[in-house]
Amino acid sequence: MKDTVKQIVEKYSKDKTRLMDILIETQEAFGFISSEAIEVMSVMLNMSKVDVEQTISFYHFFSTKPRGEYAIYLNDSAVAHMFGRQAVKEAFEKETGIRFGEVTPDGKIGLFNTACIGMNDQEPAAIINNKVFTRLTPYRVGEIIRCIRSGCKVDELINESYGDGKNQLPSLRAMVSSNIRRKGMILSDDYVYGTVTSEVLPKMSPEAVIAEIKHSHIRGRGGAGFPTGLKWEFCRRSKGEKHYVICNADEGEPGTFKDRVILTEKPELVFEGMAIAGYAIGGDEGILYLRYEYRYMKEYLEQVLDEMRNKNLLGKNIAGIEGFDFDIRIQFGAGAYVCGEESALLESLEGKRGEPRDKPPFPVEKGYLNQPTIINNVETFATAVRIVQNGGEWFTQFGTEDSTGTKILSISGDCMFPGVYEVNWGFNVNDMLNMVGAYDVQAVQVGGPSGTLIGPDEFNRTLGYSDLSTGGSMIVFGKQRNLLSDVVLNFMEFFIEESCGSCSTCRNMTQVMANKLKKILKGKGVVKDLEDLRSWSKVLQASRCGLGQTAGNPIISSLKNFRHLYEEFIQKEKDFDEGFDLVAAVQDSCKYVGRVPNFHHH
Amino acid sequence: MSKPVIATTSLAGCFGCHMSILDIDERILQLIELVEFNKSPVDDIKTFTKPVDIGIIEGGCCNSENVEVLKSFRKNCKILISLGECAIMGGLPALRNGIPIEECLHEAYIGGPTVGLNKMGIMPNDDELPMLLDKVYPCHEIVKIDYFLPGCPPRADLIWDALVALITGDPMKLPYEVVKFD
Repeated sequence: MKDTVKQIVEKYSKDKTRLMDILIETQEAFGFISSEAIEVMSVMLNMSKVDVEQTISFYHFFSTKPRGEYAIYLNDSAVAHMFGRQAVKEAFEKETGIRFGEVTPDGKIGLFNTACIGMNDQEPAAIINNKVFTRLTPYRVGEIIRCIRSGCKVDELINESYGDGKNQLPSLRAMVSSNIRRKGMILSDDYVYGTVTSEVLPKMSPEAVIAEIKHSHIRGRGGAGFPTGLKWEFCRRSKGEKHYVICNADEGEPGTFKDRVILTEKPELVFEGMAIAGYAIGGDEGILYLRYEYRYMKEYLEQVLDEMRNKNLLGKNIAGIEGFDFDIRIQFGAGAYVCGEESALLESLEGKRGEPRDKPPFPVEKGYLNQPTIINNVETFATAVRIVQNGGEWFTQFGTEDSTGTKILSISGDCMFPGVYEVNWGFNVNDMLNMVGAYDVQAVQVGGPSGTLIGPDEFNRTLGYSDLSTGGSMIVFGKQRNLLSDVVLNFMEFFIEESCGSCSTCRNMTQVMANKLKKILKGKGVVKDLEDLRSWSKVLQASRCGLGQTAGNPIISSLKNFRHLYEEFIQKEKDFDEGFDLVAAVQDSCKYVGRVPNFHHH
Repeated sequence: MSKPVIATTSLAGCFGCHMSILDIDERILQLIELVEFNKSPVDDIKTFTKPVDIGIIEGGCCNSENVEVLKSFRKNCKILISLGECAIMGGLPALRNGIPIEECLHEAYIGGPTVGLNKMGIMPNDDELPMLLDKVYPCHEIVKIDYFLPGCPPRADLIWDALVALITGDPMKLPYEVVKFD
C-alpha cells in the first residue's frame, strides 16, 4: 500500500495543493484512506497528519474506513423519494443483508446515502464505483447485487441500453440520458466548435472581447447573476503573477442537472468559452472543477481536451495568435455541496476543506493560489462563445431587458417530460408547466432548495433576474405530494448535511429549524412555533456564504406560500408545547439497567 | 402590596449558580427586605407552600426527577428564569448527549477505570431512583421559560440587576460587557 501511495504523491510532484487528486486516487485504489496512507502523505507533502485528515473528513466520498469493493451510493434527493427510492433502498438492504451506512462482512458491498447526484430526471439513481445507474427498481437491484456476488465488474453491471446522445460514445458508455427537450443557442447543433477561436478571435483584442461580453449584459448562469463582463474586466485589471480561469461544474443544487447535459453534449463549447475567457483576462491556465458524482465523464472529457489540443484550440499560440497560450485540466471534487460556492471551490482546488472564504478580497483580485481568478458557471462559458461569435448586440434580442439571452432549465418532478429545456428568459411558470406536461400542480420549487417554493397563484411570475431568479433547477410537485414532510424536511436535512460547520448560525439554526418542523409534523406544534421559525431564520443572514444565508429558505418560503399546510398541524388550544415525551426519554436507560419505568413515583 | 415570593432549585447543575446568587454578598440582606423565599435550598423549604412569583432554575434536566421538579416550578410560579449555561443549553452534563445512554451507564458502573468495587457489575435500578433521560435537556425544551440569564455562572451583579428589574418593573441595564461572550 505504501508504495502505491508514494507513487500517487510523486505523480502530483509532492504538491500539497493537489491533495484532492492524491486523496481521490488513494480512495479509488483501496476503497478507503488508511492511517498508513495518511502518514505517507503527511511526510511527503510536509503537512501535519491533522491537515490531511481534516480535508478527508470534509468530503463525503472520502473515508478512513473501507467502503466496500463495490461502494453503492443511493441518491437521497426529494425527487428520488417521489419516484420510489424507499422500495429501492429496502431492496438493497434485503439483497445485501446490511443497512445503509454499513459494509457487508466480507467487505464486498457497501451501502451509502448521498445527496442529489444530478439525475433528477431519471430517478431513483445510484453511483456504484463511479458508474451511474438510473431508473432503479427493486427487481433491477436484485440483478445488480446478484451480478456483484457472481464477480461481475461494474461495467458488466450495465446490461441495459445506454442513454441517449453522446452517452453512447465508447468513452462514456453511460446509462444516463441527456433528455434534451428544447434547444436554443447553446444546445443547438448549428455551431461548429472552434469557429470563434480560429476565425473571430484573431481579429479581436482581449479588450474587445470583454466589451462584447459587457454589451451583451449576460449575467452569471450559476444563480447569483453577477454581470459576467464586469467580472472579466475586474480580473483583467487585477495585478498578479498569473491569471486563472475556473469553470464551476460542481452543480450540487438538488434538482439541477443541466451542466451535466451541457458537458455531455457540448463540452467543446464550454472549453472554447474558457479559452476565450483566458484570452480576455490574460490567463493561460483553466481548471474545470467537476463534481465527483460526474466522475464517469472523466475519460470522455479528457479525450475531448486532447482532441482540442490536436486541433490547436488549446495549447500554445492557439489559432495562430502569437502568445495566446491556454490549457485546461479537470479537477474533481469529492462530494460537498458548499464547494459550488466560489471561494469554497477555490479552497477545495487548493487541496483544503471547502470552507468559504471571507470576502473581500474577491476572487477577481485574490482567487486561486491568491492570484486574480474568474470563476464562471458551465453555461456562462458556453454562452460566451455565441456572444463573441455574433456580438453582444445580437445577444440582447433574446430574453428580457434585464435578463438577456437563454437559460437552460433542469426540470424534474411530477411532469410528463422531465429533462433539459433551453428557453429565452422571460418565460413564466405557467408556460413552463404546459411545456413539460405538468397538470394538477400543487407547487413548483424554483432554483432548488435554496430558492423559492411557489403555489398556483404565483405561476404567472416570470423567470428572470428581476422576478424569479434561478440557476436552472425547477421541481414540480403534484397534488398528491405532502410538501412539508416529503419536500421541505428533505431539503432541510440536505442543508444540515451539507453545512460546512464554519459559521455557528448555519451549523445550528438549520438543526433547530428542522427539529421545530419535525415537532410540528408530529402534531406538537403551537402558533408560536410558526412565529419562531420566521423570526429565528433571520439569524441565518449572518452566515458567511450563500449556503448558510439561504438554508432556511425551504421553511421560510413554504411558510409564506403554504401557511395553511403548517396550520393543519398546529394545536390551537395550547400556547406552549415543546413536545417532550418523558416515557420515550427514559425507555433506553430503564431497559439497560433492567427496571420497569415508574411514572407515579414522585 | 405583599413582598414578591421567590423559589429556586438546582436540577442537573453544580450549584455554582446558587453560589453566584450568594455572591451578591451583603445585598442579600437588602434582598430579604425586598422578597420572600419559598421552596429553595437557600432556606431549605422542601415543597411549595404558597403561590410563587419568580422561580429560578439552575441546571438542565438529566433525569425524571428533574422533569418533575421543573414541571412543579412551572405550575407554582408565575415567572420562570433559566439561570446559567446548564439550564439554558444543558451545559457540561450535556456533553454526554452525543454518546448513547448504554455506553454512559457502562462507563460509569462497569467499564470505567475507577469502578473497581462494583465487582458484580450492578446497575442502579431501584424503583426509588430517578430514571435517566436519553439526553440532557435544556429547561425550555420541557416547559415554557420566560427569561434567560446566561453565564457559567451568571455574575452576581447580573442576577441582582435582573431581580431588581423584575420586581421594580424598570428596564434592565445590559451594558456590552454583560452580553459579550468571547
